[in-house]
Order: sequence, then C-alpha cells, then structure tokens
Amino acid sequence: MSALTWLALAGAVAVALLVAEEAHRRAAASAAGRRFLRHPTATPGVFILAFFVTLATAAPLLAPYDPAFQIDIVHLQNHAPSAQNILGTDVYSRDVWSRLVYGARISLGIGTIAMLVAVTAGAGVGAVAGYVRRWVGAVLMRGVDVGLAMPRMFVLLMAVALWEHLPLAVLVLLIGLTGWFATSRLVRAEVLSLREREFVAAARAAGAGPTRVIFRHVLPNAAAPIIVSAALGIGNVMLLEAGLSYLGLGVPSPLPSWGSMIYDGEPFMAGAPWTSLFPGCAIALVVMALNAVGDGLRDALDPRKETA
Amino acid sequence: MTPGARLVQVDGLVKHFPGARALLGLGRARRPVRAVDGVSFAIESGQTLGLVGESGCGKSTVGRSILRLIEPDAGRVTLDGVEVLALGPRELRALRRRMQIVFQDPYGSLNPRMTVYQTLAEPLAIHRLAAGPEVERRVRSLLEEVGLDPAFARAYPHELSGGQRQRVGIARALSVEPQFLVLDEPVSALDVSVQAQVLNLLAELQRKRRLTYLFIAHDLAVVKHIADHVAVMYLGKIVERASAAALYGAPRHPYTTSLLSAVPVPDPTAQRQRIVLQGDVPSPAAPPPGCPFHPRCPHPKKNDRCRTEPPALREVAPGQLAACHFAEEPM
Repeated sequence: MSALTWLALAGAVAVALLVAEEAHRRAAASAAGRRFLRHPTATPGVFILAFFVTLATAAPLLAPYDPAFQIDIVHLQNHAPSAQNILGTDVYSRDVWSRLVYGARISLGIGTIAMLVAVTAGAGVGAVAGYVRRWVGAVLMRGVDVGLAMPRMFVLLMAVALWEHLPLAVLVLLIGLTGWFATSRLVRAEVLSLREREFVAAARAAGAGPTRVIFRHVLPNAAAPIIVSAALGIGNVMLLEAGLSYLGLGVPSPLPSWGSMIYDGEPFMAGAPWTSLFPGCAIALVVMALNAVGDGLRDALDPRKETA
Repeated sequence: MTPGARLVQVDGLVKHFPGARALLGLGRARRPVRAVDGVSFAIESGQTLGLVGESGCGKSTVGRSILRLIEPDAGRVTLDGVEVLALGPRELRALRRRMQIVFQDPYGSLNPRMTVYQTLAEPLAIHRLAAGPEVERRVRSLLEEVGLDPAFARAYPHELSGGQRQRVGIARALSVEPQFLVLDEPVSALDVSVQAQVLNLLAELQRKRRLTYLFIAHDLAVVKHIADHVAVMYLGKIVERASAAALYGAPRHPYTTSLLSAVPVPDPTAQRQRIVLQGDVPSPAAPPPGCPFHPRCPHPKKNDRCRTEPPALREVAPGQLAACHFAEEPM
C-alpha cells in the first residue's frame, strides 16, 4: 500500500473520531442525549459506524486496487497479508482490503436502502391500519400476520430460484418488502394510542383531513419507535444479505459484498483464513455497532421516559 | 343573528358504543354502552349552557357529537339552522370554522412536536384564512388576546405551564373565528388559582367576541359564574335543566340537590347539610330499570314507581325541567 493510502486510512479514522466526538458533544446537551450516552457501547458504536460509512464514501481513495482486479492470478493466489496487500489476497489474487472497502458500499447500501423501503412500507401500512377503523385495518393486519409467519429466508430463496439472475435492485427491493411486517405492527400500536389523544381530536375539529392528521400529527409522534426499529433493522438486513451471498445467491460476482467475500474464501478457510475472516469481522462489528446505537436510541427516544 | 335566537339546538341525541365482541366478531356481543341516551337542549346566541355531571355520564360525548368528532347514532343537531349531522365532508369542514372545542387536558391537547406558532397557524392554513406575513400577524394577535406574550410562538408545549397551554388551546379554537365553542372541562386540570384566571379569560372573550358556549364541567361550582342555563346529566340523560338562577336557587331533582350540597361554601361557620350519595354510578351498559338514579336516590319519598317507571323530563316550573316523579316536592 502506498503512503497515500495509509494517509487516507488515517484520515478516515480521524473523520470517524470527529463524528463520534461531535455526536457525544451534542448528545450531552439534552436529556434524551444523556440517556443515549448512558449506554456504554453507544459512543463506540457511533465511531464504528462513522468509520465504515467513511470507508464506503471514500472507497476510491482508500482502496489501492480495483476490487475486481486480479493482480497476479499465477503467483498471488490466497497470499497472506503483507505490506502490498495488508489483508492479503483471495483465490483470484484480488486485494482483500480493496474488496472490503468497496464491499462496505454494497453491504451498507443494501442495508440502508432495504431498510428505508421496509420502514416506509411498515409505517404506511401501520398508520393506515391504526388510523382507519373497521375492516381495512383488520384485513391489513391479518395480511401482516401471514407475512410474519413466512420465513423470510425461504421467500428470498424462492425468488432467487425463480429468477435466474436476480438484479441487485430487485434483491434489495425484495429484502425491503419482506421486512416491514414487524415495523407495521409497532407503528399500528403507536397510532392506535395516538389517535385517541386530544391533539388529534383538536386537529380534526380544526378541519384537518385524514392525510394531514396522519402525516402532521400522528406519524411525527410515532417517529421514535420507527427510528429505533430502523437502526436495529439495518443490521438484520445486512446479516440476511450476507447469508444469501454466503449461499452464493445474493450479490452477483464479481461485485464485492461482505457476504460474498466470505463465500469466496470459505473453501480456503484452513489455508487462507484472511479471505473470510476480515469481511466476517466487518459484518460482526457493524451489526454490533448498529445494535448498540439502536439500543441507545431506544433509551433516548422512549416517550415513557420523556420528562414532560 | 338576533340576540336571543337559538344558535345551537340539540334534539334527541343518542350515542351507543357497541360492546366488544370476542375474536373475529364471533361469540355474543356485550351490551352496548348507552353513553348518551336522548339528550335535548338549545343554547341562545351569546349565552352559556353549563352541562354538568359525574365522569362517565356522557357529557363529553355530547360535546364531541355536536362537533362530529364522534358520530352520534340518532338525533338532530343544528347550528344557526344548519343540520350538522347531515353534512357531507366538504360542508362539514366549512362548518368547522364556526364551531370549535377547547379540551380538558392541556398536556394532551397540544401536539408535542409542533411549536405554538405551528399549532395556531394550522387552522388558518386549513381554512385559507391567511397567508404569508398575515399568518404571523394573526398568530401574534391571537396570543395577545389570550394573554400570552407573542414570544411564546416559538415555544414547544413542554416549555409551557398548564395554564399557558390552556391559553394556547383557547387561542387555537379562536383562530378560525367561531361563533360557538364547546368547552370540555377547560379548567378541571388546572390549579385553582389558574382556574379563576382562565374562567375570567373565557368570560371576557365571550363578551368581546359574542361567543356562545357549551361549558362542560363535573361540578356545579365552576359553572355557576359563567352559565346562563345549566343542564345536569346522569347516566346519559338530562335529569334537570333550568336557568342558572332557578337551578342553584331551587333545584327540583334530588341528584341536583346532592350535587349542590357538595359545592364548598367559603364560609367556615356556615351550617349546612351534606348529602353523601351511596354507592357508585351504575354501568351505562346496564342502567337500572325505572329511574336511573333510584338506587342512589336520597329522596325520602322514593317508592316502587321509581324502580319501575322511568320519569320523563317535564316542565315543573316555568323554564325548569326535571326528570323526577317527585319534582313537585323537592328535597
């Protein structure tokens, strides 16, 4: 690795530290923020997330090689970590570090986008099911029960089996559209209690229609559980994607995702553990960080703890 | 509108809440809760009707049904001649400019995520009453009118005291310049000292804006100084209705008499008899046969007729109605 790459890596660490520091400073200023900070793992979690997000954003600066570039397919197969390839190379002589950095884009991106799809669908269905009485809500929630009863992995495997080459966008959409059921239940429960609050009655008395009531009065007050479930959900989606890729059914080769990297390295675990070990560590770190931040946010945003 | 004309008229209002059913609507439905069971009254323009009763008697349901925040099952409501219950969504929205509500709970009635400014500007936007810099001017003058510093516009509800929040609630109701206000226990959640301030504010606003009030309260003391007429509710029905002077001076229904005996008198030497009602209010899902008040009635002449025959609300003195078989012989 060149000096420039090392410099960029140091820069990424510095950026992550700055972000964590700034988040800490801002959180300490409010009561909710202090509840967040009481979680011992919340601040390290923010740092880890900031670090990997920086990696993903600045991937071209940080990766010495193209992630798909086979450096020397004859002499550099499964080469141990060295000064040239700090995390070693895989069986196709590709630089593991470069793939890890670009893989952050894919893995974090899939996690985030799929979660956005899931949260939007879950919040929408939950809000309608909670706000509209009568059969509409009941029918929607029975549908959700069915969705929750289906094992997500099997639904995805079925889709993969039906489609020969699943485009990445479709995969992300599928992961999102199979992941909103729990969120919709959460949002519906919140909406059921919010709709009875007097400020909702006041808005209706002022002439606000259902759309305005839901978007201006109900959903903003249900934001806390939605945010928490989103933070926890991203980690879940990343694990799911890793699982699919590990079965060889997720992100199509040669695109690097952390799951597909583990899959690529798995046959050589005994001789070249670095090919699977490092992406595995990256997944574990990010998922743990997301859970830590999600737990912290839950404590911080839980309205039951909000002092009036 | 000529003074003295009836602005609000309610006839035979009924609201039954259906009993909960077992899973999937199977099994026997429980008996419906008869929250409001044939309530009628009228309010003259510029006047105040006090609607008084214990919690659970259906008085809030009456207020909310008039505004169609709850859809009543039967009855007629007219506001200035307009049939409120017959309106489609579009006409109802237009009518909401003319009738508004102030809620009991100043903590729950303001959206915690909206500033005072946003809360007060929303009705103006819905009814297109103001735009641009005019909105800010209107919000400022509303705040001044309810006795708040215009600087409060930037505050969130949690930064305000109970009394301040209730003033914001009143300002929101006034923002669309209504003729008729339902005041749903507007001071019950406030400290006694603040109660007086808010009551004075409401009285002052009524004078200045020529407002008509339906003032809902759970004790007669609060209503005494603001109401022109008073209706007393028990288990979904009006048991006595009269001018304030007649009702406070010569109550005809034993329930009114017992409520009045519970009103504190600010004279420690006063000798008076307190009537303490026995037992609890019966469930409105299973009201007792005959007179709904008979199980708790302290009237000495209570007899079998009370247990079997429901008394009609009838005029027992000019302008005074009571639903009691012995209204001519009050306690």
